[in-house]
Amino acid sequence: MNRQIIKLFGLVVALFALLIGFTSYWSVFDASALKQKDANKRPLLEQQQIKRGRILAADGTVIARSVPKGHGAGLRYVRRYPEGSLYGHPIGYSFVQQGDSEFEQFHNDELVGNESEFGSILDQLRGANQEGSDVVTNLDPAAQTTALEDLREAGFGAVVAIEPQSGRVRVMASNPPYDPNRVPYELSKLNTNELERPLFDRATQGQYPPGSTFKVVTAAAGLESGTITPETPIDAPGSLEVEGTPLENDFGESFPGATLDTALTHSVNTWFGQLGQRLGNDTLFEYMERFGFNSTPAIDLPADEVSKSGVFDEEELLGANDPVDLARVAIGQERLAVTPLQMAEVAAAIANKGKQMKPQIWSRVVDPDGRVTKRLDPSQYSQPISAQTAEELTTAMEGVVSEGTGTNAEIPGVPVAGKTGTAETPGNEACGGGEEENQAWFIGFAPADDPKIAIAATVECTEEFGNDVAAPIFRDVAETILNGE
Amino acid sequence: MSARNRELFALVPVALLLTAGFTAVFAQESSQLDNLSLIYGAYFFAVCLATHIYLRIRLPFADPYLFPLAALLMAFGLVMIYRIDASLARDQANWFVLGLVLFALTIQFLRDYDVLERYRYTIAVVGLLLLLAPRLPGIGQQVNGAYLGVKAGPLAFQPAEFSKICLVVFLASYLREHREVLIVGARRVLGVTLPPLKHFGPMLVVWGASMFMLVFIRDLGSSLMFFAAFLALLYVATGRFSFVAIGMAMFLVGAWFFAATVPHVHDRVDVWLDPYAHPQTSGYQILQSIFAEADGGLFGKGFGQALVTVPGTHAPLLPAAQTDTIYSLIVNELGLFGASAVILIYLLIAARGFKIALLAADGFSKLLATGLTAVFSIQAFVIIGGVTRVIPLTGVTLPFISYGGSSIVANFVLLALLLLVSDRARREIGAGERSGDFALGRA
Repeated sequence: MNRQIIKLFGLVVALFALLIGFTSYWSVFDASALKQKDANKRPLLEQQQIKRGRILAADGTVIARSVPKGHGAGLRYVRRYPEGSLYGHPIGYSFVQQGDSEFEQFHNDELVGNESEFGSILDQLRGANQEGSDVVTNLDPAAQTTALEDLREAGFGAVVAIEPQSGRVRVMASNPPYDPNRVPYELSKLNTNELERPLFDRATQGQYPPGSTFKVVTAAAGLESGTITPETPIDAPGSLEVEGTPLENDFGESFPGATLDTALTHSVNTWFGQLGQRLGNDTLFEYMERFGFNSTPAIDLPADEVSKSGVFDEEELLGANDPVDLARVAIGQERLAVTPLQMAEVAAAIANKGKQMKPQIWSRVVDPDGRVTKRLDPSQYSQPISAQTAEELTTAMEGVVSEGTGTNAEIPGVPVAGKTGTAETPGNEACGGGEEENQAWFIGFAPADDPKIAIAATVECTEEFGNDVAAPIFRDVAETILNGE
Repeated sequence: MSARNRELFALVPVALLLTAGFTAVFAQESSQLDNLSLIYGAYFFAVCLATHIYLRIRLPFADPYLFPLAALLMAFGLVMIYRIDASLARDQANWFVLGLVLFALTIQFLRDYDVLERYRYTIAVVGLLLLLAPRLPGIGQQVNGAYLGVKAGPLAFQPAEFSKICLVVFLASYLREHREVLIVGARRVLGVTLPPLKHFGPMLVVWGASMFMLVFIRDLGSSLMFFAAFLALLYVATGRFSFVAIGMAMFLVGAWFFAATVPHVHDRVDVWLDPYAHPQTSGYQILQSIFAEADGGLFGKGFGQALVTVPGTHAPLLPAAQTDTIYSLIVNELGLFGASAVILIYLLIAARGFKIALLAADGFSKLLATGLTAVFSIQAFVIIGGVTRVIPLTGVTLPFISYGGSSIVANFVLLALLLLVSDRARREIGAGERSGDFALGRA
């Protein structure tokens, strides 16, 4: 019988080897695939046990922090947002059940301390609990507050303020806001609120007709391409037949032999319409793309939570080869849809002598021991125009504020450059279908001679004009930032 | 060094391991060191030492490694269970002591274990009755759709754990007597060697009992375990692989038939094949078990670091962590290396058990040691295989590790029988060579 016993033992060895084989498969070889499974809540639950880093405003105000609940094996951290709805956008939220969004999602690795693979292995070996780093933002609490308060007065809309030289995002406000602390309790309610869409970040996702603010882009293309100079006169009649429909100036006013300054100051539609036609599709689209149109903005937010800007046919982005009414694109009509972030970037590029910086919300990463492990190194996105073109545009934009359509943006003692926009959106369902609804805009920067801040402000579904509702927001936010300097 | 001294020296690191394990768990739970772990370690060592002294007196020649290996598994189990729930670990410690008492009693009263042969049919009937008990009205208990438990007043136990010993004793005795006839009387039909029908009757009873378990007790795991032990013994007794093949075919046909007709068995197989079909209900346990293993990686998360419940709640993240899925928890906390160590311990126990069978002089001792070792190894395989999706997951305990009095007590009785066989075998060899140890290296 001994022979059989030895064979039987051989079988037991084989069976146990099979067990070790399967254990290796699940615990090592297939482990990362298993961690991705929807049914597997462990990665989320474990992340909940990590003390997530704080998110701070530029002045150190705590925007988000994690508080411990329970103890021992039941210890977990829950996210708190002490400032409530003030930073709901662009910070977003992070909860185990509801997931994460916006800044919280984009900077997840730093916040949970996954920065270096090697470091985490070392921590594991010495049994240290993983702890996340703090992320300090560029957001200015006072200016953010001003922006949101003004928006609450004016209506739904958004404000984006960027430091031109660095691309630092100082303000990013979207109205109506939401309180991320409420997300665990009413996410579905927030999601299904079609009337207000509070989770929708209008600053980065809102795609609005830019109206006359787009004339700045058209002018930049005209100057930089050499199609015009600041002295080139263009006869601008009160009305111009374009593609079978008359293109009209406000009050049908005509401007014979007008140059750029006059055209921009009075926002002359027929002047820019003709400029657009002179530029041609290729040139205008080329300059749009230089400013970042048709691309996902290079901001530190999840790519699926920022929208592109451009000329859209339904969902599809149109290019230079598609049939478009160029005269109307040139004045910000047609099917042009832009985000407030994109328009702020245009203003910032002009303010920064033609150099467009990548917009960034984060400023630095501070590890749990207080060491700065990463610091924002401002980088250039593109140079859409030369310093000279930027200077010429600035002069024209100063005229808008000092004597043109944007006088409400004036700040006593500070030269301001800007451009208003009022896109008529009659029958817009988002506004309840009213016939008098406008998308009101103001983009600009201050001080015009030494720009510290570039801002885009927009209000949707308003019966008023850019100068009436958007320019005052620009002025208040700019003043707050300049006073804080 | 004498066999018993080896045993004593082996027990020291086991007790230290237990102490270290408790220290790690305490450190995780309260972030401080506590001399309680030393006290627990001392208790554990004292209990093991008492058992060792008893063995020194009663079974001086018995295998010196089996008891320390079992104590090592107990140490693993106690720490893991303590980490899940301290009160469960206290129960487990009590059962450990109770198990050792029965271990000693078995050794005390069955020194002449040949007596078992005389009562083999009685033992077989007792085994079958034990299996039936969970279906009896009043005392039977249903757990997860299977009838596994018996509860009479304050006494609750899982009879299948004891039934397996009865079955092995019966088969060893029966096959010892009939193995010659089974071999000689075999005929070749169509190229297949068939056993003589006359002597095969009782064998069919075992098959029937396995099928019965499948249908009425709905215990796929025990059924598999019993039948595999039966086939192992049949093979060792007759040396005919064709018998095993026929038996396996019969089991598969029966299992397939009942899998198709008995919903409980059918569901278990379905879940095994596709656990993702119902990840929140029927597939939950096996999926969570595998997810827990995936979480362990090579080195594991460390004692006390794994998630057993959803933090802050009592919702189980790893269902039945102290019993069925304790192996997954071990993978989670100790990683592939720790889990492989556990499997290696079972393999060492199997190796020692089969070595006892090799050394044993008479047929009954050989078959008894083989059967006990086989049923023990297969039990470990069935539950570890279950939680690693090698086979369908069934409610069998992991010997000496899982929480549960019946399992611990029954397995200590099993161990006692193995040591009894070992003592006699090595005493006989030792008588010829004046040393119990010398034979060890030779066998």
